[in-house]
Amino acid sequence: MSNQNLFELNQVAKRFTKGKETISIFQDLNMQIKDGDFLAIMGPSGSGKTTLLNLLGGVDQPTEGQITFDGQRIDNLSESQLAKWRANNIGFIFQFYNLMPMLNAARNVELPLLLTNLSRSERQKQVKIALELVGLSDRADHMPSEMSGGQQQRVAIARAVVSDPKFLLCDEPTGDLDRQTADEILQTLQLLNEKFGKTIVMVTHDPSAAKFAKQTVHLNKGEFVKAEELSA
Amino acid sequence: MKDLYLVYKNLTRKKMRLFLTTFAIFIAFLIFGAIMTLRGALNSGVEMSADNRLVVVHKTNFTNPLPYSYVNKTQAIEGVKQVTHANWFGGYYQEPANQVVTFAVEPESYLAVYPELVIEPEQRKAWLNNQASILVGERIALANGWKVGDRIPLSSNIFSHKEGGQTWDFVIEGIFRGAEQKTDTSYLLFHYKYFKETQSWGGDSIGWLILTTEDAAMNESVAKAIDNNFANSNAETDTSTEQAFNKAFIEQIGNIGLIIFGVVFMAFFTILIVVGNTMVLAIRERTAEIAVLKTLGFASIRIFKMVLIESCLLAFLGGLLGLGGAYLLIQGASENLARFLPNLVLDQNILLQALGYMLLLGLITGIAPAISALKLNIITAFNRG
Repeated sequence: MSNQNLFELNQVAKRFTKGKETISIFQDLNMQIKDGDFLAIMGPSGSGKTTLLNLLGGVDQPTEGQITFDGQRIDNLSESQLAKWRANNIGFIFQFYNLMPMLNAARNVELPLLLTNLSRSERQKQVKIALELVGLSDRADHMPSEMSGGQQQRVAIARAVVSDPKFLLCDEPTGDLDRQTADEILQTLQLLNEKFGKTIVMVTHDPSAAKFAKQTVHLNKGEFVKAEELSA
Repeated sequence: MKDLYLVYKNLTRKKMRLFLTTFAIFIAFLIFGAIMTLRGALNSGVEMSADNRLVVVHKTNFTNPLPYSYVNKTQAIEGVKQVTHANWFGGYYQEPANQVVTFAVEPESYLAVYPELVIEPEQRKAWLNNQASILVGERIALANGWKVGDRIPLSSNIFSHKEGGQTWDFVIEGIFRGAEQKTDTSYLLFHYKYFKETQSWGGDSIGWLILTTEDAAMNESVAKAIDNNFANSNAETDTSTEQAFNKAFIEQIGNIGLIIFGVVFMAFFTILIVVGNTMVLAIRERTAEIAVLKTLGFASIRIFKMVLIESCLLAFLGGLLGLGGAYLLIQGASENLARFLPNLVLDQNILLQALGYMLLLGLITGIAPAISALKLNIITAFNRG
C-alpha cells in the first residue's frame, strides 16, 4: 500500500429531500483511501454505508463538499463524464451479482470492454485472462442460470477487473453466499488487492468478511466511529 | 455495432413473446402489402391514363351505344387531335367462366390514341392487313399460353355470329406489350369492321369514343364542345377525361380510399398498442439490468439508442416477414385474378412506404421505453429491485 491517497473526501454532505422533509445522511464527512488499500466499511442499516459507496463509485453526487480521485475532482462531473469515469476507473461487485441473464459468462465479463476501443479478438483475450483469474475458464459458455451463486459472483469479479480498473467497490459481495464460498470470494479479493494492487472498498455486515480487509472502519449515523462505540 | 449483440440477445430472450409480437406485426404488414397492392391494381387505370385523353360515352348509361356518325363529327371539333372508338364484345375463351376482355376497334386510330401499346412492326402490319385476326395483350397471352400464329376460338355472351353460334375464330397476328410495367396488357383487340360484318345484330353503332386533344389544357373546352354538339339528340353524350372516367368506374365499388384507410388504420392502431405495450413491459422488466449497465459506465444516450434499435429491429423483423407473406399471397392471387386485376403487383412504392411505416412503428413503440431507460436513476432502480 502506498502513502498516496487515491480517494479524498473533504467536508462532504449528503442530504435527501423526501416530501417536505430533508434527511441528512452525512455532514462534513472527511475520508482518505490510500492507493492499494483494502478497506471494509461496516455499520448498521441506515448508517450511510451504501450512500458512501454510491458517492465513491460516482453513481451519486454529494450535496456539498469535494470528492477527489487520483487528484481529479469527480463531484462536479456531468452524468456522461461520470459514466466515462466509472468505465475507466471503477469495478463494481454487487451482492446479487447482477449478471445479464441472457448472456453467457464470457459475454457478461466482456460488457465493460464494450466501452473501450478494443477489437473483438483483444476483448476475447482479456475476457479469457479475467475468467482464468477467478478460476472459471471452463465455464465461459455457461449461462448465469447454469451456475452456482459462488460461480456467478466470480463471474461478477471477472467483469469488475476485466478492464483493469484501479479501484474495486464491493457491496456486500458475500451477503448471498455460504461461509465456504464467501471465504473463497474474499480470498480472491485479497489476491486482487495484494498481487494485482487493486484498491478495494467493501461494504459488509459480516465481521468475518471484514477480517479479510487490511483495515475496517465503522459508520454510524453518517459518522465514522470506533467499533466499541458502535456496539455500545 | 458492438451493442448489436446485446440488442439481439435482449430481443430474443423471451422466445414466445418475440414470436407473438412478430406475428402481430407480420399480420399488419401482410394486410398493408396486400391491400395497398389491391388499391394499386384498382387505380392503375387511373394512374396510367394519358393527360390529354378523353372518353365519350352515352349520357344515360355508358353501356348504351352511340351512332357511328359521331366519330367523324367529333373529329371535326376544334382541339381534337385523334378519335377512335371501341365496342365491348363480352368475350370468353372456351367456357363462360373464362372471361376475356375483348374490344372491337378501328385498328390504326386505336393504336394512334394508345401509343403505350408496343407491337413489333411486322406483327402490327400483319394485324392491320388481316381482318379476321386478333391482337393479344402480353399478359393474357402468357396466362393462356398463346403465341403468334395460334388460332383461338373466342365466344361472346352478347353477340351472335352471322353463320350461327356465338363463337368467332381468330388467328393471333400480334402480341402487344406495355410501354411501362403497369400498362394494362390483359385484353384483346380485333377489327371493328370484321365485327360488324360477321355479327347477326347490332347495327352501325359504337360503344364509346376515345380521343386525344391537341393539348391537355384544352380538355375541358373540348369536352364541353362535344357534349354541346350532341345535346338534344337521341344519343346525348357525357365526355370526361380518361382519368375521371376510370376513377368513376372504380368508385362504383365504393370509396376505395376510405376503405383502405380504415383497414390499414385499424391494423396499425392495434399493432401500435400491442407492440408498444410489449416494449414498455420488456424494458420495465429490465430496470435492474439497465441500472447495472449504467453503473458499468454505459452512457444513458447509448442505452436509449439500444432500446430504440431493439424496437425498430422488432418492427422490421415482423414487417419484412409480413411483406414477404404479402408478396407470396399476391403472386398466387395474380395468376388467378389476372383477367380482373391485371396490375396486381407489389411495387417499389408500396415497399418504400412499408419500410417507412416499419421505421415509424419501431420509433413510436420504442420511444417511451427508451426515454424511461434514458432517465432511469441508478440508485432508484437498485432500491426498487
